[in-house]
Amino acid sequence: MTTILKPIATFGRYLQLMAKVFSRPERLRMYLKQYIKEMQQLGVDSIGIVLMISFFIGAVICIQMKVNIQSPWMPRFTTGYTTREILLLEFSSSIMCLILAGKVGSNIASELGTMRVTQQIDALDIMGVNSASFLILPKIMGLLTMIPVLVTFSMAAGFGGAYAISFAGILTPEDLTYGLQHSFNQWFVWMSIIKSFFFAFIIASVSSFYGYTVEGGSVEVGKASTDSVVHCSMLILFADIFLTKLLS
Amino acid sequence: MIEIQSIKKSFEEKEVLKDISARFDNGQTNLIIGQSGSGKTVLMKCIVGLLTPSEGKILYDGRDFVAMKKKEKAMLRREMGMIFQSAALFDSMSVLENVMFPLDMFSNMTLREREKRAQQCLDRVNLIDAQKKYPGEISGGMQKRVAIARAIALNPKYLFCDEPNSGLDPKTSLVIDALIHDITVEYQMTTIINTHDMNSVMGIGDSIIFIKEGHLEWRGDKTQVATSENQSLTDFIFASDLLKKARQAFV
Repeated sequence: MTTILKPIATFGRYLQLMAKVFSRPERLRMYLKQYIKEMQQLGVDSIGIVLMISFFIGAVICIQMKVNIQSPWMPRFTTGYTTREILLLEFSSSIMCLILAGKVGSNIASELGTMRVTQQIDALDIMGVNSASFLILPKIMGLLTMIPVLVTFSMAAGFGGAYAISFAGILTPEDLTYGLQHSFNQWFVWMSIIKSFFFAFIIASVSSFYGYTVEGGSVEVGKASTDSVVHCSMLILFADIFLTKLLS
Repeated sequence: MIEIQSIKKSFEEKEVLKDISARFDNGQTNLIIGQSGSGKTVLMKCIVGLLTPSEGKILYDGRDFVAMKKKEKAMLRREMGMIFQSAALFDSMSVLENVMFPLDMFSNMTLREREKRAQQCLDRVNLIDAQKKYPGEISGGMQKRVAIARAIALNPKYLFCDEPNSGLDPKTSLVIDALIHDITVEYQMTTIINTHDMNSVMGIGDSIIFIKEGHLEWRGDKTQVATSENQSLTDFIFASDLLKKARQAFV
């Protein structure tokens, strides 16, 4: 019975927290300051890892497509075409957000968890500040603002990786370019960005929930960080199924 | 003045606070003392509203805090300052920004005025030179003094200190005690200090309540502690052999 009730109770507490988060800010100026800080911390600071991972994955996808799919019976542009579809449809939105759930999610959960155990959140509450809103809302808004940028950068870096491989002689840049442009559907880019908004909300809100509700000490902060990554990843994968079906 | 009336608090089956009533006057340092696990932190949390008591009233100058609406509570909180056991400074902000934070949130002052007020508060705790440093770069005693400066930034009517001397050496503890006492008298605040530091009890205990196993065991002031006949209190205060001998000599 507890196994069934516990997730329901957790979801209830998550909703209660979100109700506190989305209440009217006390001092807009302070929220804006936090919002800009979070855009920097969660978004700008993630650009490096996004570019690096996307570049290498783009290169690897291109090699795999060339080696395993390309055959004399298939047109030469197949490698470029499939690389583009994989990057646009799944990698730059879903897989990149799974990676961000690890980097950004654990960062949020451990930051809020540490603030909780060192009584910094209590200090905000005593002052009369809505601590949930003040700490979590700028994180959610900051990540939602930065996620299209990260997704776009990921796409560009992925294509960059594919081109790097083509210049290494695995396939010609002309074939790759033709494949990348073949039957291009602009909607796939928008679909990727729309999906990433949902994933960004999951990452920021679920990680914040685990961090904000920590009770205990450093061990619990570590556990909250791990739980947030696991649950964010699971929720992103579930949401991906529904969003892909809905948007395709 | 803060008055608590018949406060009870239970966690599931366990009753942690058992019908506690007390009065904390302004302009003096009111101490809550007791062994670890006696319920004094829970009592403090109930008074400041971090926990809701199961029964009883908490009156801030006659205003019932428990019965207040959310908005009224938020307004009353602006009259409170709190110093936590861990200082609870915001790691990502400099010392000056920490002290300015309540002013940034709740005052209508200009940036220059806010800065000036924060610097005044830092000057009051002799930390004006550390204003650009971050909490991680200063000592525990200095962190406590920054916490005091932050707590008084909005001129609060009520000051709460949860074990302010925890983790500090005896000499620094005396400095912190003296500072809290002086500020209390200067601003005519109602100050409640949760402590088990005997130096604080004997030094700044203008009014003391002793909590034992969730009930009010004794009340008095620092002049009455040494001569008290209450066995639980004397066992707690004069725990070491040295202090027992000192008490015998005094009595």
